[in-house]
Amino acid sequence: MAVIIDKDTRVVVQGITGNQGSFHTAQMLAYGTQVVAGVNFDKAGQQVHGVPVVATVHEAVERYGANASIVFVPARFAKDAALEAIDAGVEVLVLIPEHIPTQDAMEIHAAARKAGVRVIGPNTFGIISPGKCKMGIMPNHIYTPGPVGVVARSGTLSYEIAYTLTRAGFGQSTVIGMGGDRVIGVNFIEALELFEQDPETKVIVMVGEIGGIQEELAAEYIKAHVTKPVVAFLAGRSAPPGKRMGHAGAIIEGNRGTYQSKVQALEAAGVAVASLPWEVADLVRQKLG
Amino acid sequence: MKLYEYLAKSLLAEVGIPTPQGRLATTPEEAEAAAREIGPCAVKAQVLVGGRGKAGGIKLANTPEEARQRAAEILGMNLKGYIVEKVWVEQQLKIDRELYVSITVDGQARQPLVIASAHGGVNIEEVPEEYIVKKNIDITTGLLPFHGREIARRLGLSGDLAKQFADILAKMYTAFRKYDAELVEINPLAVVGDRLIAADSRLNVEDDALFRHPELPRVEEGTELERKVRATGLAFVQLDGDIAVMANGAGMAMGTLDVLSLYGGRPANFLDAGGGASVEPMAQAIRFLLETKPKAILINIFGGITRCDDVARAIVTVKETEGIPVPLVVRLVGTNDEEGRRILAEAGIHAYTDMGEAAKAVVAAAYGEGR
Repeated sequence: MAVIIDKDTRVVVQGITGNQGSFHTAQMLAYGTQVVAGVNFDKAGQQVHGVPVVATVHEAVERYGANASIVFVPARFAKDAALEAIDAGVEVLVLIPEHIPTQDAMEIHAAARKAGVRVIGPNTFGIISPGKCKMGIMPNHIYTPGPVGVVARSGTLSYEIAYTLTRAGFGQSTVIGMGGDRVIGVNFIEALELFEQDPETKVIVMVGEIGGIQEELAAEYIKAHVTKPVVAFLAGRSAPPGKRMGHAGAIIEGNRGTYQSKVQALEAAGVAVASLPWEVADLVRQKLG
Repeated sequence: MKLYEYLAKSLLAEVGIPTPQGRLATTPEEAEAAAREIGPCAVKAQVLVGGRGKAGGIKLANTPEEARQRAAEILGMNLKGYIVEKVWVEQQLKIDRELYVSITVDGQARQPLVIASAHGGVNIEEVPEEYIVKKNIDITTGLLPFHGREIARRLGLSGDLAKQFADILAKMYTAFRKYDAELVEINPLAVVGDRLIAADSRLNVEDDALFRHPELPRVEEGTELERKVRATGLAFVQLDGDIAVMANGAGMAMGTLDVLSLYGGRPANFLDAGGGASVEPMAQAIRFLLETKPKAILINIFGGITRCDDVARAIVTVKETEGIPVPLVVRLVGTNDEEGRRILAEAGIHAYTDMGEAAKAVVAAAYGEGR
């Protein structure tokens, strides 16, 4: 078991002929992901790393049975691409691009909700169920299958944490990149719900950061609904207020979104919060104990 | 991107929202002429800093001559580092009551959110929750007339004022969508006799949507160095410490600052070198770090799409061309890290694999071992 994607996921890559799309198609194939088709209207009929290029997402669904899409097109074309995938009936949509306008993101999520499509991102590194399927841009070699469900707002920081978990002997059931934008699809609460139900997942790791109230809301949800142990690391402890730290969502506004308020909320919900990234593995060891 | 007050108000007036009469002036004479048309007025500095009024950037004038004098005082003034080049000469209103209304983005609901209150004129965060009305809007159908009627009712408005409110709210939503706003705020929405007027307002346009708005003048925020670095597409924030930091990825960059601070280091900046940057942009990023004249530099890379050999080549390039005159500590793991470490070793630079050790080493190098 894993959540959202597994070995039966059939992936279509939108923007497969671009630099990023082509490079990561090769990486996903190397990982064992079933990439069944790519989309580029002008290059239909060609192949990229042996993957057939088709004209539209509908065609990828009809001819190759695609049921999940990963989007690599430039941000300004992402809304069209995402709505196309939703219209074509995919079940999972991973939005890699950064800088998708927020109002476009709101329109994508509204359509996805009506169609029952699960959206990861935008501005995400994607999602991986180690040993089964990878839809994203994360390095292939740092993950291993196991009992830890990871959900993160940030990419590279989650690599760091997955890597320390792997080295300490703790594999991962699924690692979900929520994305660093203000408006995102799968969030902490949805990920916690999925991991709580997943029999393979024994402990959940949250990688959060300053800004917004997602961690605080997750803490309330954990208190009420999560029985599995949860470990967290939060970035931005030393960040000054009012400065946007790279991610659109990572900014302390007024007295909202501070490191302290998130740590307090999570600890009150019984979550073990690591003060250094590599302490996450120690806390996981204690929880699995 | 925040817009100047005069521009935000002009755009809201353009969609039909009643705003106070105003004229833009760049000289005292223009301010005098504006006041002759408008009558008793406020002369307001056009800078994007909070607390303008307290800093002397907003002054009242009852006659055209007075407006000229006030404008002469304000123009050229240095307000928190910004020189005032323009003033907005605006009609004074006789306000009976103050309301609040805004449209913003609700990240949790993934929808636009209307926030309104009958207690306006103050910072909305200071208004008790029970006096605030909130309503999410489905972006696919947009803001409908019933939303305006219902919110007006919940604010205790009736009759013609309620109708005016609903009309203003609909037009705010039009502006919110038209300009890809992340915030449209009217505070206070003033009751002046039997009319509602947007006495003060703000319109912030989302940076990621600016490509759709070539008509809007760009307003750059931040320090000169911040603007210069951001112009190259890197996320950069200046901080007040003395150890320069580069990492790849926003979360990793933040995490690096945290670890450095925990070990007693004072970070000079946040710099996200991004995912998958090639040699030359990364070398440029290191040159920007040198411009802050740090005591030491920490480079922390977990290579995913970023290749460690490219990072190493960037470091060596800068070392060989302009030199790196301060201690440099590098931590390198991930894609092609062995090759990266080899390139650095040839140039006499050791690369750590452990983030904590690297952070400790840079603190020792910057401040001396025996601290």
